[in-house]
Amino acid sequence: MQLIIKILRKPITSTIIAILCGFFVASIILSLAGYNSIQTINVMFNGVFSRPKSIANVIIKSTPIILTGLSVAFAFKTGLFNIGAEGQYIMGTIFAVIMGIQFDFVPYIQVPLVIFSGMIAGALYGGIVGLLKSKFGIHEVITSIMLNWIALYMSNFIANTSVFHKPNTTGTYVINESSFTQVLYKWKTSRAGIAYLKNNSFLSDILLRTDLNYGIIIAIVLAIFISFFLLKTTKGFELRAVGLNNHASEFAGIDVKKNILHSMLIAGALSGLAGALTITGMSPHNISTISVFEGNGLNGLSVALIANSSPIGCIFAGLLFSGLIYGGQSVQSEVGVPSEIINIMIGTIVFFVALTRLIPQLANVFEKKVGKKNAN
Amino acid sequence: MLTKIIIIIGITLMYSTPLVFGAMGGVISERSGVVNLGIEGMMTIGAFAGALVGYYVGDPWLGFFAAGLSGGCLALLLAIASISFKADQTIVGISINLIGPGLALFLSRLTFNGATMTSPVPYKLPKIFGSNGLSDTIFSSLNVDVTVVLAFILASLLWFIFYKTKWGLRILSVGEHPAAADTLGVNVYLIRYICVIISGIFAGFGGAAMTLAVVSQFTPVVISGQGFIALAAVIFGKWTPFGAYGACLLFGFAQALVIVLGGSNFAIPSEILAMLPYILTIIVLILFVGRSVAPKADGVPYEKGSR
Repeated sequence: MQLIIKILRKPITSTIIAILCGFFVASIILSLAGYNSIQTINVMFNGVFSRPKSIANVIIKSTPIILTGLSVAFAFKTGLFNIGAEGQYIMGTIFAVIMGIQFDFVPYIQVPLVIFSGMIAGALYGGIVGLLKSKFGIHEVITSIMLNWIALYMSNFIANTSVFHKPNTTGTYVINESSFTQVLYKWKTSRAGIAYLKNNSFLSDILLRTDLNYGIIIAIVLAIFISFFLLKTTKGFELRAVGLNNHASEFAGIDVKKNILHSMLIAGALSGLAGALTITGMSPHNISTISVFEGNGLNGLSVALIANSSPIGCIFAGLLFSGLIYGGQSVQSEVGVPSEIINIMIGTIVFFVALTRLIPQLANVFEKKVGKKNAN
Repeated sequence: MLTKIIIIIGITLMYSTPLVFGAMGGVISERSGVVNLGIEGMMTIGAFAGALVGYYVGDPWLGFFAAGLSGGCLALLLAIASISFKADQTIVGISINLIGPGLALFLSRLTFNGATMTSPVPYKLPKIFGSNGLSDTIFSSLNVDVTVVLAFILASLLWFIFYKTKWGLRILSVGEHPAAADTLGVNVYLIRYICVIISGIFAGFGGAAMTLAVVSQFTPVVISGQGFIALAAVIFGKWTPFGAYGACLLFGFAQALVIVLGGSNFAIPSEILAMLPYILTIIVLILFVGRSVAPKADGVPYEKGSR
């Protein structure tokens, strides 16, 4: 009994129950729509785990949403709702593309240059939100929503200006190869590399057929670093204190306004980094005219929520999210089930994440009952 | 010049109307103490349900009500989770923004042979001056959809209820200090349930105002961010019906400017011009609005007996 209570108290239990609920509701909807739900979910798992290539793709696609998830989770800790991750992500892609096209240094200067410009662009963009909030008291949700759209049109503007626009396409030129961050990019495209990979089907599957890149390593390292930063440093403590109770923090001598600004700068930098790494690590390595948001920032919201705003949790939530989306594509092509079932499933998981936060409280009620029984 | 001004007024009203419905939904829910981040999802499902019923039944008004009903159903999810189970309202709202569009596109693919857009409805909602009232005068641009009038009536009605009736007083008290309202015999949970469901109905209407009046079918991008703009309008308007209404009008006006300026030969690239409404909103916020304070109990689940 004590063991059950202990298990119920763990946040991961709630999350797993929420995920199972998501699958359950999705299979009910599939059955109602006349599909074989067990077969569909089977196809989904097969789509993800059958080949090394698809696992690699899930990891690649998870990189940006782990980072935007981190960005949202970080701002959450300071009590800020960073719905602007999408815009910060877009600014990251824009400046990575600009620098990637304009400059062509050796890779070990070029790659950091491109990535840091994306990061700084995102940070400044997030900083605007923080500044307007701390200086004028304007709600971060409004400014973020407006800035998201401004970023979208800015991206379209860059994609169509004559300096960057590639004729006869809807996008910009591809960034210089020196900025690419794919694993062993030089080697795998060289003659020796191709010859070697011909004989190794596993490696050729994940290296030649995907854009496997170093981004995921950066994402994981950053998640661990942010976790450490928030829990073990004075600055991290200040940021969390502002999130928990800004009046008490002010009273304790913490500069609330400054911390709001800093929090948004860092959150913005994380989203900007996500954008920059997408440009350097994944084809097509450019930006194109878009009419709606691609959703890497907005998906970060769901990732952060599923992860319960835990930086380390964002890694797993990002992988789950990316796996579901990837599996959803094979569901559509193989069973003919509309891939939107995945959106419903993710939505349901997030919905139950909100509900299952109550499970630890349930454990308390349980414990009281057990305690009473023992006392008798 | 007069023609241009009238065109601008016409486009302003057209653009702002779906936003007004969504914003009124946001106002009523948040004034009762429940943050409704799910307006976008509710508008999308409403837009789909309106177009679906409008197409199959052929009566746009039935479609309009179906839209409200579908939005209300999604809102019921928010109500149950956030009022009865005291779940985090932000998270539930975001989940609704995923479920709403997901469900709309899923059902659209099922009913329209895998297409993510519905077939056009045979009849749209009527225009206020009838179909051939002013067609040859410059005032034809003012021959706006009936939803424009409905939206204004809705805002006025909400204002009247909030500030002139005891029901409104109860809603506001539940949003400001639920414990005090509870001791005076107001049923906090019931009022919040009603307000959240009405909020979904309004948002659903907003979706239908798009697919049954502005355009005549549902597409995946027909509601792309209007729900979030409506949410911003609620905060912009400081949680009052006419404040939010004004914010929506301002936004629609900026969109109209973009269209009119884009039509004339201006040296500004269209992408930069398209940013205008969003930049204008931020500037107005900095210069005139400033700090906005939410209803005190907004976003806080009410626990009986808590202080």
